[in-house]
Parts: sequence; structure tokens; C-alpha cells
Amino acid sequence: MELSGAQIVVQSLKDEGVEYIFGYPGGAVLHLYDALFQQDDVKHILVRHEQGATHAADGYARATGKPGVVLVTSGPGATNAVTGIATAYMDSIPMVIISGQVPSPVIGSDAFQEVDMVGITRPCVKHNFLVKDVTKLAETVKKAFYVATTGRPGPVVVDIPKDITDPNIKVPYLYPKKVVMRSYNPSINGDKEQIKNAVELLLEARKPVIYSGGGVILGEASEELTEFSRMLGFPVTNTLMGLGAYPATDKQFIGMLGMHGTYEANMAMHESDVIIAIGARFDDRVTGKLDLFCPYAKIIHIDIDPASISKTVKVDVAIVGEVKNVLKQMLVMIKDHMSQIHNKALDEWWHQIDQWRSLQCLEFDRASLLIKPQYVIEQLYAVTRGDAYVTSDVGQHQMWAAQYYHFDKPRRWINSGGLGTMGFGLPSAIGVKLAFPDADVACVTGEASIQMCIQELSTALQYKTPIKIINLNNRYMGMVRQWQEFSYESRYSHSYMDTIPEFVKLAEAYGHVGMRIDKPEEVRSALEEAFALKDRTVFLDIITDRTENVYPMIEAGKGHHDMKLRVATGTSTDRELA
Amino acid sequence: MRHIISILIENESGALSRVAGLFSARGYNIESLNVATTEDPSLSRMTLVTRGSEHIVEQIIKQLNKLIDVVKLIDLAESTHIERELMMVKIKATGNTRDEIRSLAEIFRGKILDVTATTYVIEVTGPSEKLDAFVAAIAPETILEVVRSGPTGISRGEKGFNL
Repeated sequence: MELSGAQIVVQSLKDEGVEYIFGYPGGAVLHLYDALFQQDDVKHILVRHEQGATHAADGYARATGKPGVVLVTSGPGATNAVTGIATAYMDSIPMVIISGQVPSPVIGSDAFQEVDMVGITRPCVKHNFLVKDVTKLAETVKKAFYVATTGRPGPVVVDIPKDITDPNIKVPYLYPKKVVMRSYNPSINGDKEQIKNAVELLLEARKPVIYSGGGVILGEASEELTEFSRMLGFPVTNTLMGLGAYPATDKQFIGMLGMHGTYEANMAMHESDVIIAIGARFDDRVTGKLDLFCPYAKIIHIDIDPASISKTVKVDVAIVGEVKNVLKQMLVMIKDHMSQIHNKALDEWWHQIDQWRSLQCLEFDRASLLIKPQYVIEQLYAVTRGDAYVTSDVGQHQMWAAQYYHFDKPRRWINSGGLGTMGFGLPSAIGVKLAFPDADVACVTGEASIQMCIQELSTALQYKTPIKIINLNNRYMGMVRQWQEFSYESRYSHSYMDTIPEFVKLAEAYGHVGMRIDKPEEVRSALEEAFALKDRTVFLDIITDRTENVYPMIEAGKGHHDMKLRVATGTSTDRELA
Repeated sequence: MRHIISILIENESGALSRVAGLFSARGYNIESLNVATTEDPSLSRMTLVTRGSEHIVEQIIKQLNKLIDVVKLIDLAESTHIERELMMVKIKATGNTRDEIRSLAEIFRGKILDVTATTYVIEVTGPSEKLDAFVAAIAPETILEVVRSGPTGISRGEKGFNL
């Protein structure tokens, strides 16, 4: 079969089983768009801004586990995609981004819409390619998918000059079934000896904590993690990225850890004698001050990326391998030594944890006449029966969603953890809804974040992806304001907006349903009404208490045991907002 | 601690900038870096000298290994090895100093590569410290130009570093 470069790209995507490609056309990709036009297998989703394309593909990837695919043109199309590529990179999300490039002969001449995409994205991709020869195109696409989806996943950019996709130059096409790269062999099994050492350490533990992260979700190891945790009877805490890997409603779950983690999770980390980190990377938002991190614990770390081991925290037992695979091996070993588990010590440990739990660090003012954002998330959880896909933007609302929506399943909580990208929530929700048209998809956002990619409301209408936007509108960039309150004597420098659009009208202008809710007693019914509108996107503009802060909190430079907790300040009875 | 890392990397455009970019992005320091193709034209060999604590160098090696284009690497400083660096120095040489410089070059087993009525270009090869010593032995005001390759290295013994 002889195909042009443009046809090769499209045919390769088909052979790769790609269902959706998120993109935006332009000069350098016109040949590609013409080839897309002439087929129906790969469905193109036209976004309104390239950042939206990357986040939508990213949301699709996070929800399904399949790679997200993006198509953008050269120059501004490519640079607009960079934020989304960096977002995927920080959270290890498999994506393949195809960018158009100016024709090979003019590369380097500052041609119209030319930018060095390979150079610009180098620090925020797992790998990238510039295609220089049409006969290598299919192989390069295959390599891109292979690299993106194996080992520690990540985004891969394929930059294709326009002449490579010339419809008049046809070459034989064969999509390789597999590729071998001598320089890339992700290790998978984990060292037997180290696994044995880890199991011995676990069996000796008296105050253990299982600290698991996004790697468990990426590695499809939730079942193994759950079995492992239940077999040992150890407490489990999840990172922001790991929520849903272990059922949040299970009694062994002690909540999220880190900066806005629960008191019990952070105290348990601090007092623990053995910690097993599974697919987590000791991020600074998790560890707090490194010198004070888990002072009494021996640390076991399972990760697929050798560079994650002992990067910030020195560990005692390191296992490089796929978490699923390693956990399976551990399960077999533990089964034979169940009698060695220190059950009595564990009982005491649980007793201690229950004492910390009894502090009820996530309690909030339920009698408030203002809408408390935490209450909204609780109601969202109730109305969706805990079974929705929840995407979020970045800031206070993100933390509240993480704290109050109890994720029992992996891939349900879709947020930008590493890069912290405002604007992620709406487009990623579109990607999720395309993948799971029958599921409830909620985007928890705030009035600042939502405006960063608001144009994608138009995409949601065009592709009939009925999502529910939960806009926690506190008229502030809440997280910035919170830090300014705590650390800058409440000098709220540019953390509020004097002009905020009327979101109800805006939603209607985009062809959706808009609702404004400003009384606590309206929240539940509004959510029920919104989710009952199965085929409509609904924008719920929820006017919340603007002074609310996220608690608990570990402030900068402090350890897990030194948390700022909510101080009961009485009930806000004034509905006039400050 | 000083480390000398030898890297076999795919001989593709951009491979060098991946390595250089990694160092600048992560704040690691490069003392010297040189690169050329090997007997296998699809592979380049890079020699990189860096300094850092044990922890930093461990990270450098892991991060380098993580680059998709890197096929293999070793830290030569971990075993007995030989290092050589090449230097060319252009020196002002007039009157009596011409003989002095020639004998100095002989002591360092240097070669005179170019001669004019007022200058010499001298090549000296050896471990970096020897090159430093040669430069230190010349009156600073007579040095017109110094160019150094940065060290390359190879391990001692029978074992070769290849695929």
C-alpha cells in the first residue's frame, strides 16, 4: 500500500486504535487535515484553543488509561499546546502530540509560524521526534506511542514538517507491530532480593503506613494495592494523584497526606516506623520540610522510574519495577508469613490513629448561612452517589474536591497535580465525557480557573458532551488569598477580580444551561436538577463563603506533625458578603 | 567529588542538547563536555566531567539514563581509568624566550605545531593537571590564546565500553 505522509499519519493512528484526536488546524497541518477529512475512523474533536486540546486528550488518557492524541499546527499552535504537554509530563500521562512544522527546506529561516517545537518541548516531554524522512514516519509514530505508554508514561511530541505530509509523494506503508529501541528498555520486574528485604521490613513493622501515589493508578495496580493493604491490615494514605487507588470509604483509609492532607494521615506518617511508598515520588507538597519527614521510619519505595528513588528522600529499600508486578510478588511472600505480623502492635497503632481521627480535622461550619464550599462537594458526592468522574482546576476548590469527594475507584479523580495548571478542568472533563458518555462527569472549578479555558464551553456544545460545571465562586483566587492571609498580613495583592462575568448568561450564550445558587438550602436541589438534565451541559455558579480556607494545612518549612488546624470561629450568620 | 562520565548516545540531531538541557534544567554543573562519533557511526560517545555530592551525581547518572537517546553510560571515576585532554596554546615568543619556551614544551612532551617570527602554537596532551601545570609555567603576559578539549577517558584493563 502506497500512501502520502499525511495518509500515513492517519492510517498509523487507526492502526494504533486511536478513537479521538483533539486538535486545531493551521497551515502546516493542512495536508494532515485533508487526510483526516477523508475517513471516519479517527474522530477529530475541534477545540477552541490548543491548550484545550492537550487537556482534553489528557483527561481522556487519565480516565481510560489509553494514550491521548493531539494535533496542532506549527508556531502558535505548537506553543499553545506546551502548557498542556507540561501538565501531562508532570503527572506522567501518556500522550502523543503531533505538531506541524514549516517545510524542511525553510526550517531555521524564521519562516512564518516557525518555532523550534522540539527544542521548546524538550524539557517537558518524555521524548520528542522531528521527522525528516517520510519513509520513517510510520515507524516514528509507532515509537512515539511505545515510549509514551510504557515504563513511566509521559507525553511524546512528533514534529512533522509540511513537506513530509505532501499528498503527491507516496511511499510504501507498513505499520510496525512492535518496535525495539536499544536505548530504551523500561525495567519491569523488580529485584527479588529487594522485594524480600521489603517484605521482611513490613513484617517487622509496628507502626506502618502505606503511602501510595499516582503510579498505582497509572500502573493499573489498585486491586493489588487493596489486597496487599487488607492482607497486612495497615493504614493507607493516598497522595493527591493517588486518590481512588484505594477505596476512600474503606476503614483502613486514613485520607490524603501532605500539605492539605488529614491530621491522621500526616501524624501517622510522622510517628510511623515503616513506610512503604508505592508509585509515589515524595513530592514537596507531600513531604513538607525534608529534614522533618518521617523521622522514625524505615522507608521502602517501589517505583518504575529509577530516578525517582532517593531523589529527595533517601530510602532504605528501593525496588525499581512495575508496581502491579512487584505487589503481586509481595502478596505471595506475605501469604506465607501472615503469622509474623505484629497484630497486637497494630491494634495499638490503630488505636492511636483513631485518636487522631477523632479530632475530625475536616469538620466545618455546617450552620453557616453562607454556602460552604466543603458542603457543596459533600452534596455533589451524595447526588452522584460517589460514582462520578470529577475533574478539577487548581486552587482551593481542587483541595476541597480531593478532601470531600471520597473516590472509591481509580481514574475517577482527574486533576493537574504536579504542574498545577489552572484551566485544566473544563477541557479535561470534555475528554472524559467523550470516553464515558453515560457516566456523570463533574468539573469542580472556581471563577478564576474556569476563565482560563472557558472557550471550551463551545467545544462541549459542538460534541454534545453534557458535563456539570461546579463553579465555587468566592470572588477570589482563593488559594492565593489564603496564602496572603497567612503569610502576608492579609495584603490581598491582585488575588481578586473586580469584574467577573455573569456566568449564567455566559453559559447560555454558549448554548448551555446556567444556574446561580447563593443559599445553602438550594445546593442539593440545584445539583439534583443539573444531573437530571442528562443531555445538557450545566454551569452551576455557586456563590460561596469567600473567607473560607483550606484546612488542615502544613505551612512552608514545617513537618507533618506541625499542622495548622481549623479554629472554630463560630457561625457566619451574615448573608451580606464581605 | 569530581566525576567523569562516559556516555554512548544515539548519533541523532538534538542528542547533545538533550544532555546539555538536562544539566541546565536541573541545575547540575558541567565542567567539560566533548562528543564525537564512535567506530559505529550510529553512536556518539560523550565524555562529561561534573562535580557534586554523591547524591547529586547519583541523580545525574539516573537522569542521564532516563534520556531515551542514551544507550549506555559509565562513571569512569568508579574504576581505574586513563584520562587525556588536548590543549593548544598560542604563545608570544621573541628573542631569548623562544628557546625557553621550546625547552619547556619538550619537558611537557609538547609539540610545536605552528611557528611565526613572534609566536608558537604548542600542543600538549595529557591529564588535565599536566595541562594546568604547563599553562602555569608560562609567563601569563605571553599567552595569546588557550584552547582545551576537555578530558576524554577510557577504562584500564581488558573490558571495553560498547554495546
